[in-house]
Amino acid sequence: GSAQGSGAMGGSASLIPRDLLGEYQELTFLSKQEILLAYKRFSELLPKEERENACSTRVPKSQILTLPELRANPFQQRICHVFSTSETEDDSMSFEDFLDMLSVFSDSATSDIKSYYAFRIFDFDNDGILDRKDLEQLVNCLTGQGEGSRLSSEEMEQLIQNILEESDIDKDGTINLAEFQHVVSRSPDF
Amino acid sequence: DGSDDNEEGSAVENEENAKGTDKGKKRATPRTRRAHARGRDRHGDEDDEDDEGGMRRAGPRRHRSRRRGRAAGNEASDSDMEHTKARKNQANQESKENDEEDEDEKGGKSGKGKNEKKGDKKSDKKGKKEKANKKKKDKKKSGSGSDSESEEEPITEEELAKLKEEVEEKKKLIATLRNKPWKMKKKLSVLKYGLISIMNPLLILILFNTFCASLDKITSKDQLICLSITSHVFTGHFGSSVASYFIFLRWMYGINMILFGLTFGLVMVPEALMGKPYGSLPRKTVPRAEEATAMNFATLWDFSGFAQYSVLFYGYYNNQRTIGWLKFRMPLSYFLVGVGSIGYSFMIVTRTMAKNANDDGGGDDTSFNFSWKMFTSWDYLIGNPETADNKFASITTSFKEAIVEEQESRKEENIHLTRFLRVLANFLALCTLAGSGYLIFFVVRRSQQFALEGLENYGWWERNEVNTVMSLLGMFCPTLFDVISSLENYHPRIALRWQLGRIFALFLGNLYTFIIALMDEINLKARYFLPFTMFDRLLGNIEALQSATDISLEEEKIVKYNMTIWEASLYNGTIPENSTAPPIQVDPADVPRGPCWETMVGQEFVRLTVSDMMTTYITILIGDFLRAVFVRFFNYCWCWDLEYGFPSYSEFDISGNVLGLIFNQGMIWMGSFYAPCLPAINVFRLHTSMYLQCWAVMCCNVPQERVFKASRSNNFYMAMLLFILFLSTLPAVYTIVSIPPSFDCGPFSGKTRMYEVISETLEHDFPSWFGKVFGYASNPGLILPFILLMVLSLYYLNATSKSYKEANLELKKKLQSVRIENYCF
Repeated sequence: GSAQGSGAMGGSASLIPRDLLGEYQELTFLSKQEILLAYKRFSELLPKEERENACSTRVPKSQILTLPELRANPFQQRICHVFSTSETEDDSMSFEDFLDMLSVFSDSATSDIKSYYAFRIFDFDNDGILDRKDLEQLVNCLTGQGEGSRLSSEEMEQLIQNILEESDIDKDGTINLAEFQHVVSRSPDF
Repeated sequence: DGSDDNEEGSAVENEENAKGTDKGKKRATPRTRRAHARGRDRHGDEDDEDDEGGMRRAGPRRHRSRRRGRAAGNEASDSDMEHTKARKNQANQESKENDEEDEDEKGGKSGKGKNEKKGDKKSDKKGKKEKANKKKKDKKKSGSGSDSESEEEPITEEELAKLKEEVEEKKKLIATLRNKPWKMKKKLSVLKYGLISIMNPLLILILFNTFCASLDKITSKDQLICLSITSHVFTGHFGSSVASYFIFLRWMYGINMILFGLTFGLVMVPEALMGKPYGSLPRKTVPRAEEATAMNFATLWDFSGFAQYSVLFYGYYNNQRTIGWLKFRMPLSYFLVGVGSIGYSFMIVTRTMAKNANDDGGGDDTSFNFSWKMFTSWDYLIGNPETADNKFASITTSFKEAIVEEQESRKEENIHLTRFLRVLANFLALCTLAGSGYLIFFVVRRSQQFALEGLENYGWWERNEVNTVMSLLGMFCPTLFDVISSLENYHPRIALRWQLGRIFALFLGNLYTFIIALMDEINLKARYFLPFTMFDRLLGNIEALQSATDISLEEEKIVKYNMTIWEASLYNGTIPENSTAPPIQVDPADVPRGPCWETMVGQEFVRLTVSDMMTTYITILIGDFLRAVFVRFFNYCWCWDLEYGFPSYSEFDISGNVLGLIFNQGMIWMGSFYAPCLPAINVFRLHTSMYLQCWAVMCCNVPQERVFKASRSNNFYMAMLLFILFLSTLPAVYTIVSIPPSFDCGPFSGKTRMYEVISETLEHDFPSWFGKVFGYASNPGLILPFILLMVLSLYYLNATSKSYKEANLELKKKLQSVRIENYCF
């Protein structure tokens, strides 16, 4: 779903350069109003002195994770990692990365692009396929951090077995992007 | 919110102004107008072509500007043109390279990917084209840019074709950029090279489109902008199931607005403006006896007094065939609005059901149960840690349940156990229903006995026994059903539907038992509508109508007799046959009145709606708000933890609220024929309760324990709504067709049946052959074959739809196998 602003309408922040706004609107699934809103939210994450050139500054991961939409999300680390284009691998996000993220999560994004990014988010070791370790980590993320809520190892084994039975078409013990997209495109809830 | 819109609007305007090319265009327009006039004659018909017209026009204009080398604005575009060709090729190459890179990245299985991308490209291109066409149409209407395109000098066909082709490629490229999973930087660089070449026409179109879209947002039909923003807020807190309740509420509000528009505009306003004023007729005047109290607040709150003798109720309307200088046919309008609003409601409910059925697709597919749970169960709209914890818990539970169920389904005998348990649960539910029905029957009989012996002898309990018992049943049985459903072990969504269905059956069963037990009593006490909960009154009034009209027929004769006697008394005892004496002026307030059961029924419904509204407000204020305040502030000085034990904060009960909404709407549908003011009251009620519930949900409620995402199909609620609609329109239809209207009030007074207004209209207002045709058409010999034909076509459509579904499933299976094949080779 869309990670839009939760009604935090600040005062008049400086706008994005006009030509860029048009281009962003063309390249993402967001409307201009949504892009401006995103800009506001993004610039609020920066300290006051850096807000003027929010377009070119990078926000550290810790700041991004304070957004309410990401705060409660079990995949927050992965999301930051996937969308970040930082060369120093510190998972900091620029405004364009932020827009990329919002665009993929918006309602009007196609199922293909959503499933592509979902695959990358679930791929914890970044090797391009979902193997057993990835699936285990995925389940642990979904069941939360509490002690009582984790699955026992037999249950985990059973679960992963079932999943691989359902989704692994070429029976190589891993799920690749195409298989993932095949499974997920049939789902009514995706 | 407003500031955002302004900012965006100004941003767009600034954009338009800042662009050199645009400025040039604006300046160019007046100068080129003359040229366009010349050019238009030659290429007039080409300009009007819709399809590729935009691009065609763009081509020649560019060409022309290049040749002429005009003012500063055009020079800017000129220079762009020069860069264009060079950059175009570069960009093409780049994008091709990028495509190839990407496909190599994906590794191996690019075949499928490419096909999918092509599909996307095509659909995007179509979408873009349609957008472009629409924009062009808008532009034509607004007339702003349309003058600026037309050629002056002839250009060769091949140049035109080449330009067209280049532009198409650019369009394709830009349309697919969104879909490419590249980083923004990459996309921007490709776009820059590709965009400049068609910056002129396409950018105008883009800007215009966004401007129109922003206008749309500012003047959108959704006046409740607050609600659309807050729906994001509490979706974050509660997940999307609560939001779906509010969306349903908003949809109902829309329907009620239309009903309000119909009754207000076509019934109340004409009578108020053009009908005879208050005080001119007996039916429009407060009787002398009631005049003293007519303006009291208590009387007005009860909808008698002045409120009763006004356009708000049926009784006020006069039965004149036409009123005012417009010759507005009031009785006909009243009849048609009543029938029309019911017809409209049916149509819109059925249409929404059909739309939801389309979204549903081929139905439930359980082939990827575990994978879907794994990959799609997280609700990304959740932003609140508390809700997230609940969601974690529910995901864990659902995993465990699914694993257990999977294990158990492998053991054969446990299927039977589950089935047995479910049958047992249904049996218990039926027992509960039967038990509550019997209890009501018993209690009603007892109260009849009390009534016979005189109510004064008994205390409060005996007097209100029936009320209390029904309310208590309404409170406790749903909880009992909840406990029973734990036996059944269904998916939460399915369990909710069973729950709702059982509660529905409970209320209906109670009502019918009540009615059956009460039939005699109602006949005795036609005028005295016992105050019960809204569900009881819903069907209680149907029976009351019948008995009320029986009584009123008797009364009618008595009153008519009394009136003749009264008139005679005015003439001092003599009623000459052919009297030429001047008619004596009598104040309308003094004339004795006949009974007016329609107004009585209308009043009942209005009182019911108002009391229901009050109950909702009070429940929210006390049950939610005060409770939350109490728990929050007294938690420090209380023995046990108020927040986790009893009473804790209240949950937002979706199913209860939805049922309440549906039953309320049923009341409105039932009563709006007798009280035209009812839709207006309901609009007000929905409006205020929307905001009140919104606030209550955010401030006083906690998220539900079991959080699950509501999928798009609300067909279950729609089906219930349709059923209630049908049930509610039965009384009105019955009265229109079989019961004679009151002789002394309302637009149909004097007729034997209400529908006679139609035949009267046909006689007077339509040519005579029309009446004949209608007469033939309403012959049973013609109607019965028509009904037979409809039944046959229903059967045929049903058969075809089944065959389509099967074909659909076959295709899906084929697709699956084709995908697997593609995959393996």
